[in-house]
Amino acid sequence: MIVHALAFYLFAAVVVASAVMVVMARNPVHSVLFLILAFFSAAGLFVLLGAEFLAMLLVVVYVGAVAVLFLFVVMMLDVNFAALREGVLDYLPYGLVVGLVMLVELGMLYGAWVTGPEVAMMATSPMPDIAQVSNTEALGQLLYTKYIYLFQAAGMILLVAMIGAIVLSNRQRDGVRRQVIANQVARTRKDAVEMKKVTPGGGI
Amino acid sequence: MVELWNIYIWPLIWILAKILLIVIPLFLAVAYLVWSERKVIGLMQQRMGPNVVGPWGIWQSFADVLKLLLKETILPTGANKIVFLIAPMLTFVLAFVAWAVIPVGEGWVLANINVGIMYLFAISSLGVYGIVMAGWASNSRYSFLGAMRSAAQMVSYEISMGLVIVTVLMCVGSLNLTDIVEAQRTVWYVVPLLPMAVVFFISTLAETNRHPFDLPEAEAELVAGYQTEYSAMSFALFFVGEYANMIMMSSMTVILFLGGWLPPMDIAPFNWLPGPLWFGIKVAAILFIFIWARAAFPRYRYDQLMRLGWKVFLPMSLLWVVGTAGVLVAFDLAP
Repeated sequence: MIVHALAFYLFAAVVVASAVMVVMARNPVHSVLFLILAFFSAAGLFVLLGAEFLAMLLVVVYVGAVAVLFLFVVMMLDVNFAALREGVLDYLPYGLVVGLVMLVELGMLYGAWVTGPEVAMMATSPMPDIAQVSNTEALGQLLYTKYIYLFQAAGMILLVAMIGAIVLSNRQRDGVRRQVIANQVARTRKDAVEMKKVTPGGGI
Repeated sequence: MVELWNIYIWPLIWILAKILLIVIPLFLAVAYLVWSERKVIGLMQQRMGPNVVGPWGIWQSFADVLKLLLKETILPTGANKIVFLIAPMLTFVLAFVAWAVIPVGEGWVLANINVGIMYLFAISSLGVYGIVMAGWASNSRYSFLGAMRSAAQMVSYEISMGLVIVTVLMCVGSLNLTDIVEAQRTVWYVVPLLPMAVVFFISTLAETNRHPFDLPEAEAELVAGYQTEYSAMSFALFFVGEYANMIMMSSMTVILFLGGWLPPMDIAPFNWLPGPLWFGIKVAAILFIFIWARAAFPRYRYDQLMRLGWKVFLPMSLLWVVGTAGVLVAFDLAP
């Protein structure tokens, strides 16, 4: 148990510290790197909770794909962050208010879980036995069997969003020479090479 | 006190011993992979390869390591020092931690976790950070271009790799690596899923930045890509990490498609050899193809690389996922 607790405090401390550093770091690339560290430590917390599939998913999706693209963009952009940072004190009260609201909401959530009338019933509702069904399988049952329509609807919304983004950002330009692979493959010696009789001193 | 000793200290020592049992052979494997790569390519190009240090040059890798240890680590003036130094360490560490879940024989695994294949996939997808951080922190155009290429390339090929893994997982019904190998007792998955095995192998070439997809470190265009500013041990860490990654990707291919430690047939001459030896032989065969591809093919152009990843492999592997699922359901083969 001691090791478990130690690991929890280590991961939790790293999450909090790197989350603070995301906001405080002067260099935007450092911010993104701290964000990645925060994601990774959160995955560690998931493992401690016994949700190993979610932990791996967090690393694969957020750390391995989303954050890479994020880092990509931040590195490519040449924004003057010193100028951007000038108004930071003006925005501080708003930030604090948002933070406070979220804190209160989290507290209320916890309160509801402790005092709510239906909680006792929900906590005793049948859960698959962890020894028989791994949590990957349980998640699969929930997502792809029980809530399949909602899952499909979510997928459809994402598809529409993706098509929308492509339509908005894609513009047709004239005068672009594109590589047409089929033409290159279909090219034969007859199209490309031609025999000419060259007379001396005549040229072609 | 006795309790503390029994619960914490002995298991810790035992685990450390097991880790050493993984890491030391891996170091030796990397050393001899580098040596055999130079030797094999030498022979393919009708040269001798390394032949001075020891008989047939077998101590060449150790001599190289000693040389790199004694050289000076140079920090470029404009570099972002901390990130510059963390990047090679990250590459090195990630190449080694993946080995925690790889079963080299029946029960020969450090951590037999439920989500083994997801763990491998997660660790290999983190590999891109070492390269991107190195390229950015070096504060050099060549390094930065190399890092950008690498990021785009690894993200693109990861998608088709993921879909290939999904195809295999549907046939197995488990994310555990030992289960995946055990499921191949009747037939190795390379037989029913041959096109997927090919896609997976080519994606691993791209994922490890190997020829013909070594655009991030293309000598002719980018000096050495993201490694340009690195010297001495910081370079050696990248180098060892890259080769350890190659071995890791080969063992992933072996586990997913070539039946891990299982012999080709469970009959007399084949099952005399122990499982881990079979595993080693298969990994060595895949590594030979890695080296062979380097000697045989010219480098891809960048747009060709992207076209192959997004327009050929992605639709193809997506189709195979749907097709495999259909076959499994139609013939009631799903586990």
